[in-house]
Amino acid sequence: MIAGRLLARGMIAGCLAAALAFVFARFFGEPQVALAIAFEAARSAAEGAAPEHEMISRSVQASYGLATATVLYGAGFGGLFALVFSFAYGRLSFQSPRVLALLLAAAGFVTVVLVPDLKYPPNPPAVGNPATLALRTETYFVMIALSICVAAIACLIGQKVAQVRDAWSGWLCGGAVFVLLIALVQLGLPDVNEVPDGFPAVVLWRFRESALGMQGVLWGSMGLIFGALATPVLTGRAQKF
Amino acid sequence: MMHPSSSRARAIAAPAPVAIPVGALLPWAVFGLLLSVLMLYFVGAEQGAVSLISGHEVHEFVHDGRHLLGFPCH
Repeated sequence: MIAGRLLARGMIAGCLAAALAFVFARFFGEPQVALAIAFEAARSAAEGAAPEHEMISRSVQASYGLATATVLYGAGFGGLFALVFSFAYGRLSFQSPRVLALLLAAAGFVTVVLVPDLKYPPNPPAVGNPATLALRTETYFVMIALSICVAAIACLIGQKVAQVRDAWSGWLCGGAVFVLLIALVQLGLPDVNEVPDGFPAVVLWRFRESALGMQGVLWGSMGLIFGALATPVLTGRAQKF
Repeated sequence: MMHPSSSRARAIAAPAPVAIPVGALLPWAVFGLLLSVLMLYFVGAEQGAVSLISGHEVHEFVHDGRHLLGFPCH
C-alpha cells in the first residue's frame, strides 16, 4: 500500500506545484505569448489573409486553458516522480526522504526538461512550420526518451564506481558519462531551424526564459512539497507493503 | 552526563530507509504510468501531431500550456 500512498501524494504535490507554476507563467510567459500572437496577426494581415477564427477565446486559453494544461502536466509528472522515488528510496544512499525528493526533482528537471529543451527549445506561437509538426513532435519525444535512458545508464555506472571507489568518484563518473552521451545524442538528432524572418529575438528569448522558469518552479516546488508529504508515510509506525 | 533529551533524540531520529519490494511496487507502477502518460498525452500531443478526438477544441484549450511547457504545438 505504501507505493499507492506515495503515488497519490506525488500527484497531489504535482498539482500544488503546478498551481505555483501557473502563477509564474501567467505573469512571465503570457505577455510573451501575446507579443508572439500579435506578430503572427500582423504577418497574416500583411499577407492579406483574413484574421484567424478564434474557436476558444484568448482570455480562456490564457487562464483556464493554461491552468488545466499545467495541472495535468504537474499531476502526470508528479505521478511518475513518485514512482521513481518509491523505487529509489532505500536503494540509494540518502537517509532523508526530503533530501532524496529534492535531488530526484533536480535530476528530473535536468533530464526531462533542461536537456531536451537545449536541443529543441520551447517555441512561442508564430515560430515553427505546421508542415513539420509531426517530425518535430517525434524528435522531441525521442530526445526526452533518450535523455531518460542516458540518465539511467549514468546512474548505474556512477553507483558501480561509488561502490568500488568512493562517492565523489561515483558522482564524477556518472556526471561525465551523462554529459558525454547527451552530447552524442544531441549531435545525432536533426536540427530544427524555423524561426520566421523578422521575429523579435528578445520575445523569443524572454519566452524561452519564462518557459524554463515555469518548469523550474514546477519541479523545484514539486520536490519540496513531495518531500514534506512523503515523510509521514515513510516514517509512520505501521509500515505495510 | 545522561540527559533525558538524549534518549528522546534517539527516539525521533529517522529510521533507516527500507526499500519497497519490486513486487509491491509493480502494480502501482503500471497503474501510475498509464494514468500519467494519458494526462501528459492530452496536454502534449492530442489534436496536434496525433489525434484521437476529431476537431481542434482540445488543442485550442491547452494551447498556451502546450507552448509554455515546451511541446511542439503547430
